[in-house]
Amino acid sequence: MIMKRLLLSAAALALSAGMAQAQYSDNKVKIGVLTDLSGTYSDLAGQGSVEAAKMAVEDFGGKVNGTPIEVVSADHQNKADIASSIGRKWYENEGVDAIFDLVTTAAAVAVREVSREKGKIDINSGAASTVLTNAQCSATGFHWTYDTYALAVGTGTAVVKQGGDTWFFLTADYAFGQSLQAQTERVVKANGGKILGAVKHPFPNSDFSSFLLQAQGSGAKIIGLANAGSDTINAIKQAKEFGITQSGQKLAGLLVFISDVHSLGLDTAQGMQLTTGFYWDMDDGTRAFAKKFGARMNGKMPTMVQAGVYSSVTHYLKAVQAAKTDEGIKVADKMRELPIADFFAKNGKIRADGRMVHDMYLAEVKKPSESKGPWDYYKIVRTIPGDEAYQPLAESTCALVKK
Amino acid sequence: MTTVTSTSSRAVSPQLLLVLVLIVLAMIAPFGIYPIFLMKGLCFGLFAAAFNLLLGYVGLLSFGHAMFFGFSAYVTAHAAKEWGLTPELAILAGIATAAVLGAVTGWLAIRRSGIYFAMVTLAFSQMMYFVAVQAPFTHGEDGIQGVPRGHLFGLINLNDTMTMYYFVLAMFVASLLVIHRIVTSPFGQVLKAIRDNEPRAISLGYQVDRYKLLAFILSASLAGLAGSLKALVFQLASLTDVHWHASGEVVLMTLLGGVGTVFGPTVGAFLVVAIQNYLSEVGSWVTIIQGSIFVVCVLLFRSGMIGVMTPWLKRRGITG
Repeated sequence: MIMKRLLLSAAALALSAGMAQAQYSDNKVKIGVLTDLSGTYSDLAGQGSVEAAKMAVEDFGGKVNGTPIEVVSADHQNKADIASSIGRKWYENEGVDAIFDLVTTAAAVAVREVSREKGKIDINSGAASTVLTNAQCSATGFHWTYDTYALAVGTGTAVVKQGGDTWFFLTADYAFGQSLQAQTERVVKANGGKILGAVKHPFPNSDFSSFLLQAQGSGAKIIGLANAGSDTINAIKQAKEFGITQSGQKLAGLLVFISDVHSLGLDTAQGMQLTTGFYWDMDDGTRAFAKKFGARMNGKMPTMVQAGVYSSVTHYLKAVQAAKTDEGIKVADKMRELPIADFFAKNGKIRADGRMVHDMYLAEVKKPSESKGPWDYYKIVRTIPGDEAYQPLAESTCALVKK
Repeated sequence: MTTVTSTSSRAVSPQLLLVLVLIVLAMIAPFGIYPIFLMKGLCFGLFAAAFNLLLGYVGLLSFGHAMFFGFSAYVTAHAAKEWGLTPELAILAGIATAAVLGAVTGWLAIRRSGIYFAMVTLAFSQMMYFVAVQAPFTHGEDGIQGVPRGHLFGLINLNDTMTMYYFVLAMFVASLLVIHRIVTSPFGQVLKAIRDNEPRAISLGYQVDRYKLLAFILSASLAGLAGSLKALVFQLASLTDVHWHASGEVVLMTLLGGVGTVFGPTVGAFLVVAIQNYLSEVGSWVTIIQGSIFVVCVLLFRSGMIGVMTPWLKRRGITG
């Protein structure tokens, strides 16, 4: 393997004397989609993310400067140790150059460690915690679609402004939930609201009865759901069964995907405000992508995570093309240099801490009467400019940010 | 093993030869096979061997061995990362934790036998699992990540995958020698006597509880060593290792390979790890495949793979 690489690089070196030759390890650009294919988050990321990556590669032409692009995928089952060992195997043994999606913060952080050590690229679309652009930031690591800071700013501010000024949190007990809770608390307090309490639930969880009763007992106007995927769906459904929503307490889903709204149905989800990085029905570009995506996924519309995977794979391939190499650091530099302008992000840019800053949207779930057809779920209430939605660079604890 | 065989026969016995061939094979294996996979196999092989010490030689089915494996992984990871200890000290801290846990659990559990013994150990293991979920130092679902492998004795750099592999291999071989020594010693003979006929062992004047407890602590410590090594290899300690699934998996590995054989558990461990590793792309089907293999194994060869081969090997004078 080492010998082969040496020979290859020697050959490449010999060639580069004559002309500027592109250098790709193993004569292949190989990208891995590491996601949850069987568990809680498989609906909002999962197979849809894998398809999105494949679509991006096909739309790119399947080749970078004549070198073929290959896509592999695996299921990390939302477990840090499985994610870390697959990531290691991919980098060391199978010539993978970059890993995408990485839903679930615990898995994302585990892969971030391996990527940093190996100098390879990892681009998070699925994971939410801001730890990825703070303590765990890396020169070759990026955070693409959204993060807990943006969710807190979007949903937290909107809810408090409408009079929801006392909060109780139901929090998934891992880095993502804690980060989301902490950041929403900050936003609520900054807007003059009060925190009455919080309870942590295991991840993943199916029975929320005891947690919901605590939330009910707190008397808070707003029950903030600092969780995601089927945890959020279960909590919302069970809150309805307990009569919590009917008795006047409101639920604020801090991370709600369109796939969650689809499972809940408009009847249950109507009126809920949420923050999203992407909605399929915004303009011709998003609709065109959604149509192609739907054709491959039995009519499902892409979530922001899946659209983000498409966008990030495309940007990565552009950088690989421009840098004429698949070497991590060089590609990462190129990625920071190039602007991002596609259907997903109109004016995106990547900061020193790896955060891709783009506009976010505050959406409200339509009433059943307002919806014109399948997947017609959101009204966009407000566009949140990227610089307002994301944590200011000056506040980042990332070691790469020069102060 | 060398000491044992050299006293029994001066010429190189087939048994010793087989062991030497296996060690040589293990030493050249990482040049052909992915070393991280081999290390994972060795760690689980050691874990299963430790478990087998209890099940195969004392007849005690523990259903809580994950707590020794997983908790020592946490302690080692914490010691190496937060306290900055060298790997050997971090591993010792892990083993010590497992031994203490083993002493407490064992002291209570050995008062019961059969299904009750299994349930007591399972209960303790679940308790430790929830401690791991809640305790701040384990970081809940995230686990302890980015554990430094460090320098062995402050000299040998374990960050090199090959060096790490030979370190794990050395620990593995040493542990199997220890286990072999234990089961062939007079102490081991008493353990087997207890397994086969406990009332008789009591009537012969042996303090059965003491033997059982010591065997339990030894088994727990070796499982702890396996967990500590795994934490360093993967630079990660997570809830997966303390979960009861891990306790179940080690039972599966031991039964597949062969209960009461020295090499059986290792073979079973490599088989299970290989299934998980090479079939991870098929997702949740892995557990179904594992289950079917287990069913086939129970139906066709109850004494496990090595267990089935033992009479054949014995005829050729390879296993004693």
